[in-house]
Amino acid sequence: MGISRSPLGDEVTLEGFGMLRLVRAGLLVGMALLSVTMAGCGGRDEGKGGTASSGKGEKVLIRIRGSDTLVNLVQRLAEEFMKKHPDIWVAVTGGGSGTGIAALINKEIDIANASRAMKSKEIKLAKERGVEPVGVVIALDGLAIIVNESLPIDSLTVEQLGRIYRGEIKNWSEVGGPDMEISLYGRTSASGTFVYFRDKVVKGDYSPKMKGMIGNSHIVEAVKKDKAGIGYVGIGYAVDEKGRVEAGLKVLRIAKDAQSPAVTPLKVENVKKGLYPLARPLYQFTNGKPKGAILEFIRFELSEEGQKIVTKEGFYPITPDHMKANKKVLGLSE
Amino acid sequence: MSRLKEKAIHFLFFLAAFSTLVILAGIFLMLVLNAIRAFEDVSFRDFFFGTRWNPSAYGEPSYGIVQMIVSTFMTTLGAMLIAVPLGVGAAAYIAEVASPRVREVLKPAIEILAGIPSVVIGFLGIVLVGPLIADAFGLSSGLNALNGSILLAVMALPTIISVSEDAIRAVPTEYKEASYALGASRWTTLVRVTIPAAFQGIAASVVLGVGRAVGETMTVLMATGNATAMPHGFLDSVRTLTATIAIELGEVPHGTAHYYALFAVGAVLFVISLGVNLVAEMITAKHRRLTK
Repeated sequence: MGISRSPLGDEVTLEGFGMLRLVRAGLLVGMALLSVTMAGCGGRDEGKGGTASSGKGEKVLIRIRGSDTLVNLVQRLAEEFMKKHPDIWVAVTGGGSGTGIAALINKEIDIANASRAMKSKEIKLAKERGVEPVGVVIALDGLAIIVNESLPIDSLTVEQLGRIYRGEIKNWSEVGGPDMEISLYGRTSASGTFVYFRDKVVKGDYSPKMKGMIGNSHIVEAVKKDKAGIGYVGIGYAVDEKGRVEAGLKVLRIAKDAQSPAVTPLKVENVKKGLYPLARPLYQFTNGKPKGAILEFIRFELSEEGQKIVTKEGFYPITPDHMKANKKVLGLSE
Repeated sequence: MSRLKEKAIHFLFFLAAFSTLVILAGIFLMLVLNAIRAFEDVSFRDFFFGTRWNPSAYGEPSYGIVQMIVSTFMTTLGAMLIAVPLGVGAAAYIAEVASPRVREVLKPAIEILAGIPSVVIGFLGIVLVGPLIADAFGLSSGLNALNGSILLAVMALPTIISVSEDAIRAVPTEYKEASYALGASRWTTLVRVTIPAAFQGIAASVVLGVGRAVGETMTVLMATGNATAMPHGFLDSVRTLTATIAIELGEVPHGTAHYYALFAVGAVLFVISLGVNLVAEMITAKHRRLTK
């Protein structure tokens, strides 16, 4: 085929052995450059924290990151708070509890949202880096176990849930449902809910077949479309503003064990009194006792008005016991 | 004076070209230096031959990457199986067949396709492609390798089309004229003369497409389900190398085995794309030899 000589021709070739010398020189320069950038990065941790308390006339910034379960709620709280305090700017982002706690340890943020308590390893690491984590409970969640609306199952025990998520129960027929392979939805390891559910329910490793979704709404969307799906999400994501379960979903009743009655997380008393086995507090962590604008914001969250927003977002207000503990942590007397 | 100027300009351009090498070397070094430290805690064997990735295990963490490599290869291969025939076909159509007016519409449309953010495509994977796949194959969920492949194909298409089109257009008219003179039809000329003559450029476009598919993160993260189990087919959920890094790097405390293991995953990704480029270079070099 003489005629099909390539028209793009020879300009692509790298001719000669001078190339090799060039590569070697390049590596050297690269190394030098790299050591410079690395040295630059080392100092980054310092001086970034505490922007919130250093405002003079200009807007004070509170940086909040973490739990994907909390992100919408805290954003709503921040909006209301900013209406009252036009001099304070609250920036809320998600990424998962682990991400928020890591950022608090790295002094990148002022408040970490978390849907789980801090692990002892994290507290140790924080203290090594000179961060003194202080936590308050800002809302309660009844972690909702959701399935597709069409699934004829209404309740499960915690033990069954554990076996389902460990991959030991593979078919809905094993728990009295139709003959369908269970399709597991969970979160990824950055999620506090992932850790909470693993330690509280799974008590082992998640089945590798579990799909790792990147947020509560990602799970909600998937389970709405999956007739054999099951997932866990913060209660605020399973219900709408009026407290009704989202169309296409069903929130299961969960029993502590085979002898106990199955309880729904949709009733506030069940969660407040801890009757619902997956009732859990939602936290915020700060570096040291919060002061200034940060304290102001947390006090707003815990106020009657803040807790009303909590309810409106589908979560539950904290109990007087939590309030007492919070006040002690914050050093508030009333 | 003008000689000096010439030299200065020559040097400036040399510097511009050279900086690429420097950046490449810098990235490679940073990856390798961090990745090596992973093997203080994880054995080489467990990392490269293990099939379970579970750094946040209830008990002992494990760091095997075989299933992630398989996942990345599957989604990429699937994407190319869809995108290459479509892309080359589209390129041939635009370059050789389409009327100027049609071309005027198609080219910007393809550029717009390239501009769609990957999150948006990932979202379409969840709400549109996923349910379609689930229906078509009678599955309960469509978040799987096939979904990822389809989306990646869509994302690689603009690159493949535009680079292939340039290559096809660059084929000298003499080739085609010679072909017509020998009595070949338009179709024969296109398939037997023009496209083979543009082979190098088309191969380059495919390599660029593969690079896009291997490195794409957000889309696969959203559409493939991210299950860490070893996939057994295109209808299984997969978790690619990129998705793993994206999911876990945000929460990992610096300086832990998990942190360095993620760098090792990044290094593997780097080596894969290097390999892809080498293979491409070899193909084009061989082709050049054969056709000279």
